[in-house]
Amino acid sequence: MLPLIAVLGLLTQPPVNVRAYDTPNDEGSSITITWELSPADSGGASLFRGYEIYRSLSATGDFRNVGFAPAGATRFDDGNTDIQDGQEYFYRLKALTASGYEESAVVGPVVSSAQWFNTRTVNVLVITLFISVLVIYYIRRARAGEQLFVRKIAGLDAIDDAVGRSTEMGRPILYSFGLSYLNEVWTLASLSILYRVAQKCAEYSTRLLVPHYDPLVMSAAQETVKQAYAETGRPDLYDERDSPFLTADQFGYAAGVDGIMMREKPGAVFWQGYFYAESLILAETGHSVGAIQIAGTTSVEQIPFFVAACDYTLIGEEMYAASCYLRPEPQMLGSLKGEDLTKAIIIIFLLCGAVLGTLGVLSNIFFDHDGLSIFFENIVQWFNTF
Amino acid sequence: MKRDIPIIITFLTGFLCVVAFFIPHPPLGDLQQRFLIWYAIVYGFTMVLGLDSLLKYNIKKITQRKEGWQYSYVLLFGLALVLVTGFQSWFKYGTPFELRSSFMYSYIHIIVPLQATMFALLAFFISSAAYRAFRARTFEATLLLVAAAIVMLGRVPIGKMIWSEIPVISDWLLNIPQLAAKRGIQIGVYLGGVVMSLRIILGIERTYLT
Amino acid sequence: MKVLDWLANIDRRLIFLAIGLAVAIPIIMKLRMPIRISSEVRSAYETIENLPEGSVVLASIDYDATSAPELTPMFRSFLRQCFRKKLKIIYTGHLAIGLPLAQFDLDMVTAECGAVYGEDYINLGYRPGYTAVMIGIGREIRDFFAVDYKGVPVDSFPMMKDIHNYGDMALIVDFAHGTAGEYWIQYVVSRFGVRMFSCVTGVMAPTLYPYLQAGQITGIIGGLQGAAEYEMLVGNPESAAFGMPAQSIAHLLIIAFIVFGNIGYFISRRKK
Repeated sequence: MLPLIAVLGLLTQPPVNVRAYDTPNDEGSSITITWELSPADSGGASLFRGYEIYRSLSATGDFRNVGFAPAGATRFDDGNTDIQDGQEYFYRLKALTASGYEESAVVGPVVSSAQWFNTRTVNVLVITLFISVLVIYYIRRARAGEQLFVRKIAGLDAIDDAVGRSTEMGRPILYSFGLSYLNEVWTLASLSILYRVAQKCAEYSTRLLVPHYDPLVMSAAQETVKQAYAETGRPDLYDERDSPFLTADQFGYAAGVDGIMMREKPGAVFWQGYFYAESLILAETGHSVGAIQIAGTTSVEQIPFFVAACDYTLIGEEMYAASCYLRPEPQMLGSLKGEDLTKAIIIIFLLCGAVLGTLGVLSNIFFDHDGLSIFFENIVQWFNTF
Repeated sequence: MKRDIPIIITFLTGFLCVVAFFIPHPPLGDLQQRFLIWYAIVYGFTMVLGLDSLLKYNIKKITQRKEGWQYSYVLLFGLALVLVTGFQSWFKYGTPFELRSSFMYSYIHIIVPLQATMFALLAFFISSAAYRAFRARTFEATLLLVAAAIVMLGRVPIGKMIWSEIPVISDWLLNIPQLAAKRGIQIGVYLGGVVMSLRIILGIERTYLT
Repeated sequence: MKVLDWLANIDRRLIFLAIGLAVAIPIIMKLRMPIRISSEVRSAYETIENLPEGSVVLASIDYDATSAPELTPMFRSFLRQCFRKKLKIIYTGHLAIGLPLAQFDLDMVTAECGAVYGEDYINLGYRPGYTAVMIGIGREIRDFFAVDYKGVPVDSFPMMKDIHNYGDMALIVDFAHGTAGEYWIQYVVSRFGVRMFSCVTGVMAPTLYPYLQAGQITGIIGGLQGAAEYEMLVGNPESAAFGMPAQSIAHLLIIAFIVFGNIGYFISRRKK
């Protein structure tokens, strides 16, 4: 009998140390309630059902159920839109068991408010400001007349040759954005490459085919080609129907582009954008029709496929650098320089971290001294606190 | 003027979204959510643009009797079929996605096998590309070749049956050298993305504004 | 020597035929092989095992028929594990064409487990907007999903009563064949601090290892191998576990072709 009474006694204990406070780093209208587990809620006890959360406008007033937290939970965000900022609220928890429930003490008053700064984003703010200042600084220096060096990017240098060769063979050019959307940065980078390709096509009177996966990218690409043709003095060459929308289905698009390649036999193919598993299907077909292929993608997992199947590949950020490379204006080159310096600083940070971490382990092994590794752990922990 | 207004809009939208990331207080937090909802709605309507282009392209092909023009009829028929079954199912069941509907019937028996077949082609293309490209021309190419073979074996049960250490070496290759190279490229890509975004917000990058 | 020349330049149609047979024969002959459980799949499995009963899990369907052979077994095993643990599932995704496909598995497993619509799981359907929708849910899910996939208001379902944003969800599980898995981590996990693990195709899995090492996701179930391991852990070996022999033989064959190619290449180089 005694053990049963003990179990029932356990089951009816309420949650303790209940706290209610304004949810930090939010836009208001939310209060967070935390508690320590009820003694009955341990080890996945199947008799324990969970916690009901009750809210009221006064300590003695009418408490209304505002939510439920499952067994094992120690936190609930009361983020209902009916919570008014500046209004005082009181909370109480009910621990529900199979045999009934037990109420916690009332906590409060608590007031919700909106915050002017999200403290969890300090690290992002510091890095954003740092990069912005560096980029702007180098743009100003470049504008002041400083000469900046950009290394050769073979894939971009090959554009003119590829279009020229295709023209000599009397074949069209094919340009694909892959499965890119207009709100993605690489699509905008690809538009600048398309602009150069379109200029060259207009110069040589070569047909440019740009099949699309996304209608918004299609509109932007059509405008880009039209503009390039107009600026090269050949607006008559532009035909909107050479830049058609095919489908928004991944392999439907791959099949469509493959079909165009098999029928039109392009002399040069540009794969510039974001690609997924269809990359190899496209590039292998391009190879089989004998086209010179220039790929560029920020999709890390597709880079090896393009490297294997294409003649040139712009790897990762080389694509972003394309617009600066093709239009080497001071402010464009300045931004590249800023980016490079940020990367150098990141590399220094990584190296310092690696050296410090290794020294910590070594000093632990050889000198039985853990001060260095604790220091390193603290730095890692500090980064993780955000 | 034609270029200034889009640049101002880009600057304001980009700047407000960046600021809203750090400042949750109204109206900034609200404003970002509002932008996101607008984007979702605008995006939904862009499909009309796509439909218009698709129709123009295929009707041109049919009228000019270009190579493969017969297939454009198949495409237009497929387009009409999906639209008709979609609306019919919507009227009948309240949603086209009811499993008994005619829309789902055409989806399961036409679209699914077509998609699966196209993806399955990859197995064939990858074999011929690997055969063609994986030649031990240099020391680096040989390293790449050996690593690829170990990972391929390590990812399937037969690897362990051949030698119990193959999956361990494969995991090491994936977790240490592969990851290091990937991180290097990714850091570059993301940094490039941040700087490109900065160029766009500040109006330096204008190629997309034609 | 003719044989060696032939080895260096095998017609690609022959390679296609050999691969087709290497995949088909083990499936027809119903070969079986032992499955080794990797740590990343085990930790994904344990993430769900350690969730308290009644926790809410958001499942995002970001794949379609192309990668169904890899991802369907993962999704089915996930549903079985969740319903066995009495967890609640929110079903949504960012591929309009993928959601109806996975709905077959949802309907099948919910019928098998006796799960009740609106109480144990809900199908919110598709909304355009992709990352905009992902970020938007962080504030209020109703801003994007006021109604479920049949147009019924979500507030009419008991399980949605206390669910407003990621703060009310214990876990996100993404089933992806593209970069959606990375977007979830970059836009949602890092921003809203919600726990997540990823179920992805074999080709996408290596991309996610940096996030696993950094502790941003709790596990990866990658490719048919990962699916087979997960099936074994959940105790329901099905299509993934039975498909592994075919994949094993195909991998062996590709390696054999690479070796043939290299033998032919070396001999022809020596001759020159």
